[in-house]
Amino acid sequence: MKILETQNLSRIFGGVVAVNDVNFSVYEGMVNGLIGPNGAGKTTLFNQITGMDKPSRGKIIFDGKDITGLPAWKISRLGIARTFQNIRLYKELTVVENVMMGLHFKVGKDPFKARFSQAFKSYFLARQENKELYLKALEWLRFFDMEDEAQEFARNLPYGRQRELEIARALAAEPKVLFLDEPAAGMNPAETEHLMFIVDKIKKHGITVVLIEHDMKLVMNICDNITVLSFGQKIAEGSPEEIKNDPLVIEAYLGREED
Amino acid sequence: MVNFLQLIIIYAGIYALMAIGQNCITGYTGMLSLCHAGFFCIGSYATAILCKDFGFSFWASLPIAAIASGILGFLIGVPTLRLKGDYLCIATLGLGEIIRTVATNLNPVGYQSVPRAMLFGYQFSARNKVQFILLIWAFVLIFYILFQQLAHSRLGRAMAAIREDEVAAQSNGINVTKYKIGAFVLGAAIGGVAGCFMTAYTQTVNPSSFTFMVSVMVLCMVVLGGMGNGKAVILGALIVQFISYFPQLVGLSSVIPAQATQIIYGLCLVVLMIWRPQGLLGRDKYRYGDPRSTKERLVGFFKRNPEKKGGRA
Ligand SMILES: Nc1ncnc2c1ncn2[C@@H]1O[C@H](COP(=O)(O)OP(=O)(O)OP(=O)(O)O)[C@@H](O)[C@H]1O
Ligand SMILES: [Mg+2]
Repeated sequence: MKILETQNLSRIFGGVVAVNDVNFSVYEGMVNGLIGPNGAGKTTLFNQITGMDKPSRGKIIFDGKDITGLPAWKISRLGIARTFQNIRLYKELTVVENVMMGLHFKVGKDPFKARFSQAFKSYFLARQENKELYLKALEWLRFFDMEDEAQEFARNLPYGRQRELEIARALAAEPKVLFLDEPAAGMNPAETEHLMFIVDKIKKHGITVVLIEHDMKLVMNICDNITVLSFGQKIAEGSPEEIKNDPLVIEAYLGREED
Repeated sequence: MVNFLQLIIIYAGIYALMAIGQNCITGYTGMLSLCHAGFFCIGSYATAILCKDFGFSFWASLPIAAIASGILGFLIGVPTLRLKGDYLCIATLGLGEIIRTVATNLNPVGYQSVPRAMLFGYQFSARNKVQFILLIWAFVLIFYILFQQLAHSRLGRAMAAIREDEVAAQSNGINVTKYKIGAFVLGAAIGGVAGCFMTAYTQTVNPSSFTFMVSVMVLCMVVLGGMGNGKAVILGALIVQFISYFPQLVGLSSVIPAQATQIIYGLCLVVLMIWRPQGLLGRDKYRYGDPRSTKERLVGFFKRNPEKKGGRA
């Protein structure tokens, strides 16, 4: 079942067509891979879906609702969480505070109603609320085996751990779909191995994953469905087996033979 | 000398309120604004006009001054929302100057002999400095506690997140616009309260005392003490006030020209930025989920127990 899809989505930067009429589908409960050479428009597609960039044309349908053009913070509240290609942690906050930020809008019954009374409560009952958030955040850190670093500043973590913390922060919001932009970039083989284990765990948790990755071993191992972008256009979609043998994909990655 | 020292402490208290407001905007939310003199100005004028022309008491004028200043903060915050860093700094500087210019043009001589503040029939006059010190520092304490609570609540954490990374904050469902404007309004309102006290103390208002140097000084207090640290900015206010009145305090005002104080605190800032760029006290690190009770923590603090206990729940 499709939980999210884009219809003829395009993004034009001046003369560059970064995303060109892309129909991208995300299937519920699966690990959806998004691959393509550098500059293919993968991150731009992510940014549009998560509301950080406005589409030039086209539509984004999430969970049966049209979310095109909604501000990023609203889209996040609907159940779309993400990580970033260039890590964006709250560096001067502690590890556990970072995860507590992921829980930010989970407080209160309805994230759209009773905002003022919620703010009021957050201020006057901060101690109690903090304790709740802290315990929940700690649970997520446990998921990542990170409780020992809970009071460390995020900037002091090693690179691989920072990437994991970013995933923890995104997961804390218990999203319906989790977008990961090159989570394995800069990781060593052991860290990549651990990441594969984590993605699998997330999938088992019932969260749909969308993953941009250049590490083919990782992609072919953990993705159930793969979409390939090249120069802003979707050139293929299918299972890892189908993608591996697709002549268009091979061409996009290796170049044309007569060149 | 003692008299002069008391005066400095009064001014330091008034500036500490301003620094608390600036800290809310710059230290918590990360917006480099430079128009606190404008908020100070509005607060001072509101109190002067209300007390003198409309017969309000000082206490009735206080919330109105805060609200007027908060509205101004809103009016400045909204158009400058998209600006960041230096651009925001320049734009707010310009807006702050506009406020002063408007005030000058409306009434170039300002207001004199504004009625005194009263509390339970007691008159606060400029002569009884000790009472005024108690009054102003009581308010510093109140606002310190209120803002400390804010900083360590979910709202304050959202502000910190915006300071650290706006894009990531949006991905965590934070309405960045709302929080930024909120921080501006709150910070401005406290600036207005400070202005209100200034009028109550000096009983005069003069547009020439709201130059952008005041804004710079307030920003210096925050940077010098430590951005985003409630105690630090109050310390910063004390230090900057002492430095700027240092020549008069030690009776050397005839030897050291007034301009020299600006050089002194310029130097202090340069040295500090090299030696401790995070400010004297730095940012305060709050340990969420410390399972010890307040009493246990106090005991631990006085025993100077090196053993780390917190962090687990
Ligand atoms: N803000 C922008 N302004 C102008 N051009 C942009 C902008 N963002 C992206 N582009 C261009 O759009 C194209 C796609 O960029 P994008 O970052 O989406 O690629 P990508 O597939 O994520 O690549 P990589 O694998 O290197 O991360 C590139 O040609 C890039 O230069
Ligand atoms: Mg990219």
